[in-house]
Amino acid sequence: MKVRAQFAFVFNLDKCIGCHTCSVTCKNVWTNRKGVEYAWFNNVESKPGIGYPKQWENQEVWKGGWKLVDGKLELKAGGRASKLLNIFANPDMPQIDDYYEPFTYNYARLQNAPLSEAAPTARPISQIDGSAMEKIHWGPNWEDDLAGEYAKRSKDKNMDNIQKEMYGQFENTFHMYLPRICNHCLNPACVAACPSGSLYKREEDGIVLVDQDKCRGWRMCVSACPYKKVFYNWESGKAEKCIGCYPRVESGMPTVCSESCVGRIRYNGIMLYDADKIETLASTQNEQDLYEAQCSIFLDPNDPAVIAQARQDGISEDWLEAARKSPIYKMAIEWKIAFPMHPEFRTLPMVWYVPPLSPVQSQIDQGNLPVGPDGAIPLSGTMRLPVKYLANLLTAGKEAPVERALNRLIAMRSYQRSVHVEGVADTRALETAGITEDMAKEMYRYLAIANYEDRFVIPTGHEEERMDDAYGFQGQNGFTFGNDSSRGISKISLFPRRRKETVEPKELAPSSDDHR
Amino acid sequence: MNLHNFVFGVYPYLALTVFVLGSWLRFDREQYTWKSDSSQLLSKDNMRVASNLFHVGVIAIFFGHAVGLLTPHHLFQAMGVSDMQHQYLAITAGAIFGGMAFIGGAMLWLRRMFNRRISATSRGSDKLILTWLMVTLMLGLSTIPVSMGHAGHGNPGVMIALADWVQSIVYLHPNPELLHSVDPIFRTHLFFGMTVFLLFPFTRLVHVWSVPLGYLGRSYQIVRSKRTALR
Repeated sequence: MKVRAQFAFVFNLDKCIGCHTCSVTCKNVWTNRKGVEYAWFNNVESKPGIGYPKQWENQEVWKGGWKLVDGKLELKAGGRASKLLNIFANPDMPQIDDYYEPFTYNYARLQNAPLSEAAPTARPISQIDGSAMEKIHWGPNWEDDLAGEYAKRSKDKNMDNIQKEMYGQFENTFHMYLPRICNHCLNPACVAACPSGSLYKREEDGIVLVDQDKCRGWRMCVSACPYKKVFYNWESGKAEKCIGCYPRVESGMPTVCSESCVGRIRYNGIMLYDADKIETLASTQNEQDLYEAQCSIFLDPNDPAVIAQARQDGISEDWLEAARKSPIYKMAIEWKIAFPMHPEFRTLPMVWYVPPLSPVQSQIDQGNLPVGPDGAIPLSGTMRLPVKYLANLLTAGKEAPVERALNRLIAMRSYQRSVHVEGVADTRALETAGITEDMAKEMYRYLAIANYEDRFVIPTGHEEERMDDAYGFQGQNGFTFGNDSSRGISKISLFPRRRKETVEPKELAPSSDDHR
Repeated sequence: MNLHNFVFGVYPYLALTVFVLGSWLRFDREQYTWKSDSSQLLSKDNMRVASNLFHVGVIAIFFGHAVGLLTPHHLFQAMGVSDMQHQYLAITAGAIFGGMAFIGGAMLWLRRMFNRRISATSRGSDKLILTWLMVTLMLGLSTIPVSMGHAGHGNPGVMIALADWVQSIVYLHPNPELLHSVDPIFRTHLFFGMTVFLLFPFTRLVHVWSVPLGYLGRSYQIVRSKRTALR
């Protein structure tokens, strides 16, 4: 047993309102520079939909993640030799249009245009080459709130094995939001695919990073990540990805997307796992067993044997304490209501999701949904959002675990309703769903109330033990176009300097107090 | 010292010094700028054909030149390769791989110059170095008819003179005299070729140094620890 700690996430989809605050805060902090205008380390997709980039879940197209070859793990696009043979042109590389061509608008035109019959328009401008764009065909969130034709959206890979036609009808439409960031996987395909070895996983917290100095732009990580969450900065020629906001996390703060989430759906915490088991469990034969396999890699933070081994492996006491109080452990392991996304990619992702309930409560109350003998839980398969769809997303198509989670969420609601509305605790639903009253109360506290200190249990990175001059290191983390994270910044260079900023319209809008 | 002696006696050392020191300094001081600078993300069209033809062609040409010009004459003879066999081999391999590099390179050059996105996002050095490589390549290809003329007359003299000159540079006894009798097209090609080394550290060509062969023997997963960095 080799105990490692992982900084992990749970997103409670039941409460996501699709407001994109997470995306915007992340964008403003990490990808507001030239070359990554198109990149969203955090994005929110409307499902069903083909997502960002287009069809990212369809590994027949992108060849991301892992496959089993004679029972052994291999990168889906091919092993080391094939990576080198394809290094001159990566056949699985997306083109920027698969994300979208980044654009801005010529806003100054609105104020500077000469008097005319028609209102002036601000035309879109490409942020790649500065040229005017005739029409914008795709954007970072083109399918927002089920925009666009159903025929196109239903190409969503999760709609496989589902009677698509039925859900195209208005009465049967269903909808959910899917916020996505880097999964900081236990078995990351991007790290494995990097020919220059610039991607790595941090031993202390498991955050996956790109060494910006070591990256040579071979771009194998971009195609190898099945979640398409490694981006190529076309200005710097380097791979950039979600850094788990490590400068914040090291200081005990939640990631900026989690902190700013207005729906309080994001949870940050520590999971202990057995690093010796990664390869074996990721090689589990049957795709549908991968969810359970991943559950079995996590270690019980209350087990004295685990604690002893963790201390031996250099995990400090405050981290062990955080692991015991981890909201992630509660939801993923104790309550079994959170799931990894697409475990069949075999990367052992560490952003887990609580599946959304369709808006069923009013339907139950009106007697529109057939319910079980307890009078609260709708019979499986009668909910608006097909369980099969969620299972395709979260458990490689295995419906039972997802159904159990949904039942527990409904039971918890039903129980709380009985307590608060009827004043009598009705535990029949809890019994059917297999949870105790105490569990239901705790679930209510974590899911419905979602206090800040329950959502975020983050031990600090103890940088103070590592460096002598913390003051000198101030402001040295993050992305720049140069030798960052070091103090040896050279002002004079013989070599190619960085160029100007992101394309913006040349004409500046007049300021508001400019009365010419 | 006349121009001939400078170009073929001094310039090679100048170019090689800049090549080595420049690469070293850039790697040491500006590793962030050390990259292949791929533009595949912005435009994928024909990249598989163009880029593979170009790279495979250029790599084969590089090693062809290295082996053909740096192997001592007596070693070829010891291996039983006659001068005429050597020459025909050089002509054939040069034509095949030079042709590949030319077709791929021409596609890449057209893309670099006229593709809206690629042209707009290119640095001056990107356009310069690709153009320079293409001119060098075309000069190299146009030596083939000349070589065939020599070979037709059973005369390996020029080829041997070129190899001897390259070896004179490597052994630090530069002998520009050897090139007096060589056709001007070879000398022009040599000048352009040496200049590629001079420009090398200032362009994206530095990625050549970083051929990731180590990847073949590496374990897939990489874990870095701050704790070990501390010790």
